[in-house]
Amino acid sequence: MRYEIRLSIGNHYGAPSDHARTLVRLLPSDLPGRQIVSSRLLSVDPAPSERYETVDFFGNASTVLVFHAPIDRIDLTLRARVERLLQPAILDLSPDLAGLAAELAAYRSLGPGAPHHYTGPSPRIAPDPAIADFARSVVPPGATALQTVETLGRALHAQMRFDAEATDVDTTPSEAFANRHGVCQDFSHVMIAGLRGLGVPAGYVSGFLRTVPPPGQPRLEGADAMHAWVSAWCGAENGWVEYDPTNACTVNQDHITVACGRDYSDVSPVRGTLRTSGEQDSHQKVDVVPL
Amino acid sequence: MTGPARLHPQARASLLADYTVQPGVADELFEPDGAIRPVWVPFMNQLARLSPEDIAAHFTRGDQYLRDAGVFYRQYSADPQQERDWPLSHIPVILHEDEWSEICAGLSQRADLLERVVADLYGAANLVCDGHLPPDLVAQNPEWHRPLVGITPASGHFLHFLAFEIGRSPDGSWLVLGDRTQAPSGAGFALENRMATARIFPEPFPRANIRRLAGFFRAFRNAMDALPGADGRRTAILTPGPGNDTYFEHTYIARYLGLVLLEGDDLIVQNGAVQVRTVSGPQPVGVLWRRLDAAYADPLELNQNSQIGTPGLVDAIRQSNVNMVNALGSGIVETRAFMAFLPKIAEVLLGEPLKLPNIATWWCGQPSERDYVKDHADRMLIGQALSRALPFDIDADAALAGAFRGGQDQPLDAWIDANAAGLVGQEAVTLSTTPAWSEGRLLPRPMTVRVMAARTPQGWTFLPGGYARIGRSDDATALPMQQGGSVADVWVMRDHPVPDETLFDPGNFRREDIGALPSRAADNLYWLGRYVERTEGAIRLLRAYHQRLAEAGNAADTRLTRIADLLGGLSIDVNLPLQAALEPALGAARICAGKVRDRFSVDGWAALADLTSSLQALSGTLQPGDDCARALGVLLRKITGFNGLVHENMHRTSGWRFLTFGRAIERADGAAAVLLAFAGDNIAPGLPDVALEYGDSNITHQRRYRIDPTRDTVTDLMVLDANNPRAVLFQLTAMRRIAQDLPSAEVEGRVSAVLRALLPLEAGLVVADPVDITADRLLDLRRALSDISGRLAAAYLI
Repeated sequence: MRYEIRLSIGNHYGAPSDHARTLVRLLPSDLPGRQIVSSRLLSVDPAPSERYETVDFFGNASTVLVFHAPIDRIDLTLRARVERLLQPAILDLSPDLAGLAAELAAYRSLGPGAPHHYTGPSPRIAPDPAIADFARSVVPPGATALQTVETLGRALHAQMRFDAEATDVDTTPSEAFANRHGVCQDFSHVMIAGLRGLGVPAGYVSGFLRTVPPPGQPRLEGADAMHAWVSAWCGAENGWVEYDPTNACTVNQDHITVACGRDYSDVSPVRGTLRTSGEQDSHQKVDVVPL
Repeated sequence: MTGPARLHPQARASLLADYTVQPGVADELFEPDGAIRPVWVPFMNQLARLSPEDIAAHFTRGDQYLRDAGVFYRQYSADPQQERDWPLSHIPVILHEDEWSEICAGLSQRADLLERVVADLYGAANLVCDGHLPPDLVAQNPEWHRPLVGITPASGHFLHFLAFEIGRSPDGSWLVLGDRTQAPSGAGFALENRMATARIFPEPFPRANIRRLAGFFRAFRNAMDALPGADGRRTAILTPGPGNDTYFEHTYIARYLGLVLLEGDDLIVQNGAVQVRTVSGPQPVGVLWRRLDAAYADPLELNQNSQIGTPGLVDAIRQSNVNMVNALGSGIVETRAFMAFLPKIAEVLLGEPLKLPNIATWWCGQPSERDYVKDHADRMLIGQALSRALPFDIDADAALAGAFRGGQDQPLDAWIDANAAGLVGQEAVTLSTTPAWSEGRLLPRPMTVRVMAARTPQGWTFLPGGYARIGRSDDATALPMQQGGSVADVWVMRDHPVPDETLFDPGNFRREDIGALPSRAADNLYWLGRYVERTEGAIRLLRAYHQRLAEAGNAADTRLTRIADLLGGLSIDVNLPLQAALEPALGAARICAGKVRDRFSVDGWAALADLTSSLQALSGTLQPGDDCARALGVLLRKITGFNGLVHENMHRTSGWRFLTFGRAIERADGAAAVLLAFAGDNIAPGLPDVALEYGDSNITHQRRYRIDPTRDTVTDLMVLDANNPRAVLFQLTAMRRIAQDLPSAEVEGRVSAVLRALLPLEAGLVVADPVDITADRLLDLRRALSDISGRLAAAYLI
């Protein structure tokens, strides 16, 4: 499936900001066997004094923007053409959770894909006993890692209500879970906390969803803004498996990946530092059109 | 040592009467067989010759020195500004140079090992891939910073300045208790310990045989200056700021080594280069000696919540444009659990065993080690695996000798099983004891020694002594100063006198270019000047108030209500006790001063502290009227003392200019405000006197005008008199002269924005008559002064 993606993000500041520096993670990249990017273009208004592209620890394309003169807004526009490749159904070769722990212990690497980065607390996800207890209560004993991922994802989807107004970007997974509501970021953070609580390494993926559903199918939640879902390590054989708890589905051709990390803080699309005290206001608009 | 090592009988009889070494404990003073270690003999004999009174007097000299020098550390507590006197244990720890050399040889090897480990963890991570280090101890480690992975430091080295905490075990051998690689503190305090003990024990012998400290600092300074790209750029100390527990040391070392002291906010990163914002514009920085934890160094790529970092610093490091001492991320090798693996890693990486063992450590993430820890819990400290605290910095969440320090009631084995990968067991080591003075005699107290190391082109060099921590009681866990322990000098003794050393190469005189003043320091100096002057103005007005109150006895008197209103405009309530009324202004001055402590004299700081303590000492029972007026007179003389010290002694650098400009603008504005209230249009008789009193100008007025003060005479004296330091015109002239000396005062024939506003204001007063100075004119003047303050800030301070 090929898509044309258009995204605009604007940040407007109450008072002009001196020496703004911004780290942008919006450019989708090629993913072997999953995703091919044929074009990608990020435009920035006003034009930055410095701009360069880097790749972060997790392999995400990052754009650094530096403004030497004071600015009172940054408007970003992304245009990209991306092809998502059809994934075959996953054959469950994953071990149970005890087996997963053993495979994890035997995995000796610190590369970006190593599961060890995704087992403990991360900046936005602290261990939460309530979420861990819930996860233990829904996953049957002896379940394989893959079954664990899908069972927990479905259970959270059933328990939590999608509500675009109830939470914001700083809501913790504990709050979102306690109130059983939130947006894709909250669903994903809660599911990651639950999986880590069970010993399943889990990370956060940001990206896009196709805006217009295939004929006869309902529109997916979260399609009017950037989306997020979960990547979980299901052992040496199955490796990383992606699951979307907001829509209770495994990730295939409707999702376009932009960046991945331990949680939102590793992939936040626009991370900036400003020397300003004024109010900030931001808006976002996404269009993902099948070609 | 010259002469036989015989202990004076008096020493054994009086000083050491109660000095009993516990069984199974090594002692610094005595060998296991009870004989005194020869290296201590000259010192003990010297001490034995002093009377108890002499000893007390000697100790007082040292304490007095530390107080006068303003040495303090900060206790992390609810009150972030709480400062504690430096807890010096007056008796030094004495080690022979031969023993010291062996320690240094071991630590040199360890320093090289730590460098290799850090380089591996930020590079290929072979230690993990080959199974020498469990991946979780790195991946879960808050000091492993992923944005730094793959970056090789500009200098080629991660570690440049280290500290090791070492202790002596019961068998007499030394072992490493902790590695400090993030931002080690102690070198500055070591210098102060030495300065203090030099005053306590000034006798030339054994002093002449003690190894000096200055050479270490010279070598380190030279090594920093030799780093790639350091030439022609600044070398600076990066501090987290005045809230840090060792901020004093940062200011002290900055002054001692002639480095500029910066906070994250002083720096900007442009085109990949780190620059310090100064009053002369951005200037390049080549080396940052970092006293700030890595996580806080760059809010863009590291901890996003950091308010004390520099956005883009990681980028500048990535582009090899700045040297970090030490590299961001180096803190990872402070991790407790690493101690369990370093002995093996030494053999893998260096091909040889550790020369100096570290404290025996078992990581509970491995089954057999976990069982071992459980079986030997009664002889262990069990704590957090990823903690970077030293073994005896025990938190509540740890078990010592089988019992939880916080008193939790839960089975130890279950706790270990549930948290295995997060726990380590460390041998509960018994430290050696050393003499400490207590109520007229020496008692044995546990101690550890901190050894500072610096990388030089010739290899690691070590600070020979200077710093030991001494426990308060026999309990080795009471060592940290935060819990009431103390600090002692360490003397490394040679058998023969050592040559003198100084920080600077003798005969190699050069006048350092001190570089432009950082904008933040300028801003703090400017506001320090303003707040001190504001406090002085408030004291003068309050004194006038209480004097009038004493005369009139009636708070409804017009003069009193006018003074009260004017003070109200400065947020000062005349009905409050003096202390409460003046503290906000003085407190603001103190905060500004605290941020630029490296830039004005120790005496100036002491004068400000004196003013504060005088204010705090004022009794709450002071009666309004005469009582208060007299107390205010005392405060006025103290604040004048501060001004005198600063202005008589401070070099006429740009720092002095901003401080003085602040004082001048505040004084001009204060005079204008007082004139408006007491000598403006349609003023009742008796009021202009208050203005004269505020301006300290009664006598001049009497001599010059020979009539009772009127609106015009007071205006003449307090606004238009170019020779009266209390007059507005005098201050405008002072401001103009300073502004002409500031950077970019004139560019391509155009004067600066500050001067463009100042010049017409000054000229207007030069040609004015008293009748021209109406209330409206005074209001305009105050607005113009506020505009000048804004222009100054925009041009130099932001």
